[in-house]
Formats: sequence, C-alpha cells, structure tokens
Amino acid sequence: MSAKVERIILAGFGGQGVLFLGRLLAEAALKADKNVSWVPSYGYEIHTPTANCSLIIAENQIASPMITVPDSVIAMNTPSLNKFSQKIKGGGMLMYNSSLIDRQEFRDDIRLVEIPATDMANDLGDPSLASLVMAGAYAKFSNLVTYEGVEEALRKLLEKQRIKEDEINLNIEALKQGFKYVEETRYMSGRYAHAVFRGI
Amino acid sequence: MTKVLMKGNEAIGEAAILAGCRHYFGHPMPPQSELLAYLAKRLPEVNGVFLQAENETAAIHMTYGAGSAGARVMTSSSSPGMSLFQEGISHMAGAEIPCVIADIMRGGPGLGNVSAAQADYWQAVKCGGHGDYRTIVFAPASVQEMIDMTISAFDYADRYRNPVVILADGVLAQMMEPVTLPAPTDHTPDSKKWALGNNFKEKKSGNYSTSIFKAKEELEEHNWGLYQKYQVISDHFRKDKPELTYEEYLCEDADIILTGYGIIARVLQTVVEKCRKRGIKAGLLRPKTLWPFPVEAFQQYAETASMFLAVEMSCGQMVEDVKLALNGKKPVYFFGRAGGSVPSDFEIFNEVDKLAGRN
Repeated sequence: MSAKVERIILAGFGGQGVLFLGRLLAEAALKADKNVSWVPSYGYEIHTPTANCSLIIAENQIASPMITVPDSVIAMNTPSLNKFSQKIKGGGMLMYNSSLIDRQEFRDDIRLVEIPATDMANDLGDPSLASLVMAGAYAKFSNLVTYEGVEEALRKLLEKQRIKEDEINLNIEALKQGFKYVEETRYMSGRYAHAVFRGI
Repeated sequence: MTKVLMKGNEAIGEAAILAGCRHYFGHPMPPQSELLAYLAKRLPEVNGVFLQAENETAAIHMTYGAGSAGARVMTSSSSPGMSLFQEGISHMAGAEIPCVIADIMRGGPGLGNVSAAQADYWQAVKCGGHGDYRTIVFAPASVQEMIDMTISAFDYADRYRNPVVILADGVLAQMMEPVTLPAPTDHTPDSKKWALGNNFKEKKSGNYSTSIFKAKEELEEHNWGLYQKYQVISDHFRKDKPELTYEEYLCEDADIILTGYGIIARVLQTVVEKCRKRGIKAGLLRPKTLWPFPVEAFQQYAETASMFLAVEMSCGQMVEDVKLALNGKKPVYFFGRAGGSVPSDFEIFNEVDKLAGRN
C-alpha cells in the first residue's frame, strides 16, 4: 500500500453497512486533513448482493474518484469477494468477513486478512455491527487514518444522529474489537503472508 | 474554514440556500432525489418554501411563477424530468425570467436507467425547448464546484434575467467530497424593478411579464433583443471571466489534448498523468461552461497540439462543439461509453495510446 494514497472498494449485501463503513473512514480521513472521495453504488446496484462504495484517501489532490485497480478490498460476503478480489493491485490487501465467506484458493500476490466480523458482531448482540469490526481492523493497516481518528469520527457521526450513549459505546466496542483482533493475531511476519487463523 | 463532507446533491441544495434561494419546486427522480430530501429539511429552517409538485411540468411552471415575482428560485430533476421542463424553460427564456435548474443526468433515452450518463448535452446546451433561446450551462466536476457554480448560477440568472442550468451526472450527485461553504448572501425580491408586484405603487398597474408577442414585428424585435443579450453573455464570459469557462492541465506542450466535462474530466486527469509517465505528451482541456463554450481556449491550442480527443458518457455530443470550435484546424477524435457506464482510465489510456501511434 502506497503511503500517499489508499484506494479501497468496500462491498457487501445491502444492510451490511458498507456505505456507512466507507463514510466513516472518509470522515476520519477528513479530520486527519487528508483529501478524500467517496462514490457509492446506488439505484439498482444497491439492491444487488454487491452493494459497494469506492473510497480514496490521499495526501494529494484526487483526480479520478473512480477506482479501477483498488489497493484494498473489504468484502463482507462471497459475491463481493468474487466480484472484486481479482481487481486488487499486486501487493494490495483483501480483507474479508470470514464468518460468511469460506476460505478458498486466493491469489498469492496479495495480503489476506480474515476477520470473522459477523460472528464478532453477533457476540456483541447485533450482526449489523460487523462493518464497524471491519473499520477497526482496517485502521490497523492504514497509513492515512488512525484508530483514534476513526473512533472520534464514529462518535461524532452517531451523536449527530442522536444515538443513545450506550448504543454509541456498543458501536465503539465493535470498532475496538476489530482493531484488537488484527493487533493480537500474529500473522504478519511475511509481507504478503497469508493469514491462517480463525476465531478469537 | 473547516471542511465538511457532502454529497453532490446536498451541496447544490446548500449552495442554493447560501445564494439566497428560498423557493424550490421539484419532483423526486433518482439520481437527483437527495436534493429534494435535503431542501425539504433545510428550506423550512430558513423560512423558505419547499414544494413537491405533482410532476415536473407543474414544478417548472411554479418556478416560472416564483421567478416572475422576483424570488431566487430553483428546480431540479434527472434526465426524464428535464425533458418535461423544456416547455417551461422556453417560456421563461422568452419572458426573461431568472431561475436555476439542476439536471443530474442519467441513462436514456426514455426511462433508460438511473446510472450516471452525459447523454443530455444537446438537450441542455442546444436547448430542448422551442424558439430561439439559450441558457447558460455550468458543468461542475467536483462537489466543491457544485457549490461554487450553483452560487454563480443564481447571480448570472438574475444579472441576465435568464434560466441557468447546472448540468451534472449521477456520480457527481451521489459522491461525497470535502467542501468549504462560503458565507451566505442576502437577496430581496424587492430589488428587482421588473418583477411582478414591484413598482405597483408608482405605476398603479404593476409590471407585466410575458413570452407572447402577437405582431410579427414585435416578436422579431424581441428575438433580436434576446440574441443581443446572448451575445453580451457570451462576450462577458469570453473577455471578463475566461477562468469560469474552462480549466487546463498540462496543455502548453501537449501533443494530444483530451477534453471532457463533469466526472469524465476527473478520469481524464488520471489518464493525462498516466500518459505523461509513459512519455505521451497529453493535456486536458475541461470546459466548465458548456454554453458559452470556451471556443478561444480550443483555438489557442489548435496552434500547438496535433489532435484532440473528446471523451463523453454518450455516443458523442459535446464533440460537435469541439469540432465547431476548432473549425477544421486539427483532427478531433471521439471515445465514449453509453448506457450509464463511466469509462475507466485504462480504456481511455488505450485509446490515447492508439492515437499516439504507439501500438
């Protein structure tokens, strides 16, 4: 992943929160004084199993907000993984929701990050928190947004929507668990080493 | 100034409020609907009027009414709704009533689809209504420009008493980018001497606004009057504000000049960067106003570049204006995708590579 720009495609079923996840990382990037663009799928596409958004975070001005070759893909379900994983830049990252996606043969030139996001979200009592688990995990890998930045952005976004304090804390807990999951799992010895772990 | 993340649709809505617009009449149609949702919430907060009309034909005529009374007024739609607007736009151009119309283009013809397209260039720029008239057309390429151009649109609409169109596409309308919001401006309909209801006390009869001129001589005089006004507008942009009409990127030493407006221009900038890395001298000339079209900028580079490539999300519409501007001086090529697809930087690069004679 280049330090100066991160091109991310986030995809999943409608309702899995991929648009919100992109929006959250975008807000965190803006707070960190980065340039950012967020392009959602909409209309017909949002009703398909590969609802997605294209997020670019950059130090410099962003020319095209469209992503042809993503640095990272965050896939919340199997159709999304199938649709986008082949497009990832060599040396890029595929982060996927291993609660809903079975391990399969993948390209060996990308970094794989398995996060059992839906299981972790269910343990917290709400499967819709899975996208926040992913956001926390992504913050660990990003050079342009920090975990603290994402947490602050999440709090602000939820406060604006007048969400109750204990619900906000639950959302932040999901974020934190995603971050910790990546931090505590030792699989990053080789740069593009496959992740071989499951469960927490 | 702090930056905030905003969707293109919302940005147009907020910019309208900042420009002093307090009247909006419209009808939801994707990918423009968030603009209505935003103004439905925001206009009552600033004592404005938001009205969802029964259809677009009604909305444009309500806009006509509010504009006649001197209000800063806006309506918006997506392509099929813009078709319904055309009758009202022609009437407003004829009666010289200012208004701002945002058209968020989607795939057509007919109902087409809701994906982003640029297939309504002819309709907006060449004017889809009847009669000899023109509308100023702004083509933003970022969410920030959607704000800046919407504010300019209100100023120019009042200044020249003419409808002004913001022509954008579904991607720009749906995407979010950080924006800086300028300070709000005040606007009072009373300042417009021509508006209906004004001057009532002095004249005892009020003002009159119409687009009907029954006598041939009368209408011809009106037609040439309008024509003269369009010349004045065109001259103003050409001579006083060329920076509002186009933006260029690495054109000075360019061999191939790429041109496109709106979201395409953003993709083209990436293509130009890629070309330069591979040793192809490409540049980008981006029209920011589609009428008046930045003819001089094209003529200037007709001297130095060897060819032009117009890229659009249509089967080729703006390319005709590029050809007219160049007047045969240099070859003009076209690359387009239709049906709601945004061409990728790779596709366009391949096209440039071919033109450069390198494969």
